[in-house]
Order: sequence, then C-alpha cells, then structure tokens
Amino acid sequence: MDAPVEERFGRSPYLILIDTDTGTETSIQNPGADAAGGVGPRTVQLLVNHGVKAVVTGQVGGNAASALQAAGIDAYQYRAGGTVRDALALYRAGKLTRLL
Amino acid sequence: MNVAKIAVASGKGGTGKSTVAANLGYSLAQERDVVLVDCDVEEPNLHLFFQDGRSESPVTTPVPVIDTSACTFCGRCAEQCRYGALLVLENDIRFFRELCHSCGGCSLVCPTGAVREEMEAVGRVWESRPFPHLRLISGVLDVGEIHSTRVIQAAKQAAEPAGLIIYDAPPGTACPVVETMEDSDFCLLVTESTPFGLHDLELAAAVAKKLCVPAGVVINRSDGDDAETMAVCSRHDLPVLLRIPFDRKIAAWQNRGELFAVHMPQWQGRFTDLYTRIQDIAGGSR
Ligand code: SF4
Ligand code: SF4
Repeated sequence: MDAPVEERFGRSPYLILIDTDTGTETSIQNPGADAAGGVGPRTVQLLVNHGVKAVVTGQVGGNAASALQAAGIDAYQYRAGGTVRDALALYRAGKLTRLL
Repeated sequence: MNVAKIAVASGKGGTGKSTVAANLGYSLAQERDVVLVDCDVEEPNLHLFFQDGRSESPVTTPVPVIDTSACTFCGRCAEQCRYGALLVLENDIRFFRELCHSCGGCSLVCPTGAVREEMEAVGRVWESRPFPHLRLISGVLDVGEIHSTRVIQAAKQAAEPAGLIIYDAPPGTACPVVETMEDSDFCLLVTESTPFGLHDLELAAAVAKKLCVPAGVVINRSDGDDAETMAVCSRHDLPVLLRIPFDRKIAAWQNRGELFAVHMPQWQGRFTDLYTRIQDIAGGSR
C-alpha cells in the first residue's frame, strides 16, 4: 500500500488487488512487465482472471485500452506520483478522471 | 569458394547504402548475373534507381482464427501467447492481430481444436529485370504490419538460386538487419565521415562480427579528410575498400534517382575492383 503507483499500466511489476467491499488487499506479480510487446493485453488478461472491475493507473496504451474495453473494466487515471494508498483514497472519494 | 552473398548495411539510414548497393549491382551486372534484393521492407527504395515493369507476389503468414462455438474459454491460448495477442474473457475471446507473431503456439495448446490458422497477406515481393544480367527483388511490408522478417525471408527466397546476390539491408541493427546479414558471406558497411555515421558504423560492425560475417567499409560522400573514420576502422580491424568522394555531379544524378556508374563508366571498374577485394578477403579465408 505504501509503494509508489507505476504510471505505465502494462509495465507495472505488481498489481495490488483491492476488494472495495471488504477492504482486503492482495498483491500479485505481473509476469509480463518486462516482456518485449503486448504487455497491455497480457496485463488485462491477469485482471480478467482475477475478476477485477476497475483499475487505477497512470496511462494505458492503445492495445491495453481496447483490451480493457473488451473486458468491461473501467480505468481511472492517477498521476500525482503518490502511493497506492493515496491513489485508493482519491478513487474512493470519486476524484479520479475516468480514462475508459 | 566464391563470395555469393553480400549484405550492404550502414547502421543508419541516409548514408548512401542503397546508392552503393544499386551502383555495385549495376556495375557487376555488366559481366555476370546479379540479383539485387531490397531487404529494407519498411521503406524499399532500390527500385527508384531502376525503370522496369515488375511482377508482384503476395507474402502471407498464418494467423489464428478462433471458432467461439468450439471454445471453452479455458484461457490456455492466452497463457501460451508471449505477445499478448489473445484475451480470453468469460465467454468471449479477442484477438489482437497486430500483436500476433504467427508462432502457432495457440493452435498447438488448444485442447478443443477451436483454433484454426488462415493465411493472411502481410506484404509483397516485387520482381523486375531492369538490365539483361540484373534482377531486382524488393520486399515490401504492408503498412502497420510487424512481420518484416517474414517479408525479408520471402524476398531472399525469391532471389535463389543465383550466383551473386546483393542484399540492401534495412537501417539500424535490430532483427531485420540480423535477418538480412545472417547468411551473407560478406558485409559491406557504408558510412559517412560524420560523428553520427561513425557511431552507427561501429554498431553495424559489431553485428557483423557477432554473426561471424567478414566486413569492410565504403566511405561515401568523403570530403577527403577521413582520418577519424580510418582510425575507427583500424581499431575494429575493418579494411576500407572504397571511397566515394563528395562530388556535385554524383549528388545531382543521385537526386534524379539515377545511377552514377551509368554516367561515369570509370566507376564500373572501381565497383568491380571492390568486388575483387571482397573476394580476396572473404573468399580466400573459406
Ligand atoms: S485454448 Fe482453445 S478452448 Fe481454450 S480459450 Fe483458447 S481457443 Fe478457447
Ligand atoms: S500465433 Fe502465437 S503470437 Fe499469434 S496469437 Fe497464437 S500464440 Fe499468440
């Protein structure tokens, strides 16, 4: 929760999954973060597999955007350079811009 | 053994690589059969030096097509795909064509046989014979496609079998350049005496060395002061085989898309000598 937010969606080394109802957090590794290409869709696949409904990130590339749309996952932008906790607080307060 | 395949590379665009390839090909074709292959498939320009009707054939690559009625959305194909070209949703599957590398992995792992492969065009190969002993083959990648090595392979294939083949390599030092240089007997590195040119020359020389292809240098648009280039070449053990001076007349023909060796026949002899030196360097050692 105290880790800084990675602003490039597909390059995030870890994904922090937060259950907004129960507040539980799980951290999963993103095996595709260092891959040469297609990191966007691969990261989206990971989110789909974990039943994620919305994502907070800095920016999403074109393929990641179409993948998120296809999967029906909302994307919100956070680029203030803070931690996961900061981003979550703004998300809960409804203060983040919606990307998709 | 005769040197049969020469790759002309430069590390970077705009150094006159295609000029050297075109004039060398033309000059050698005065005496023997030569095939010129333009492997710069993203921006082929060798054909601009020649005039002739050309025939065209498509280059295709297998692309997966998924039958969603047979698919159980198990996700194995997406897990297999290293390029993120597949996204398996709860009861749908998305395919990102521009990310697919045609590796065939998804059809291999699919347990229900829902993946079938279809051939789709990714580019073309142009072929013409601008002079009696010269064939010109150009690989042309379709806009937005990533399969450049597939098109380069197709262009190289179309050139075979032939006694002497000259490949005009793409700029840079990435996969397409490696694909071009790989089975060459010699690599001709074209450079200009500018700091940028020298850096790119060193990079391209490193690729040739790694592939164990003997290399030599052509200095293009030389202003006569090549001390720095010579120093770089001797440091990397690269013989300087030819110097093309900066010359207004050459530049003017160049701008009109003409071969200067046509207008200055003495250059045909110089390019033939260049080939003899390549033979001496690479041919003798094999
Ligand atoms: S592996 Fe085959 S069955 Fe499984 S999701 Fe992919 S296409 Fe469908
Ligand atoms: S052929 Fe290879 S790259 Fe293309 S979708 Fe299938 S697994 Fe991915």
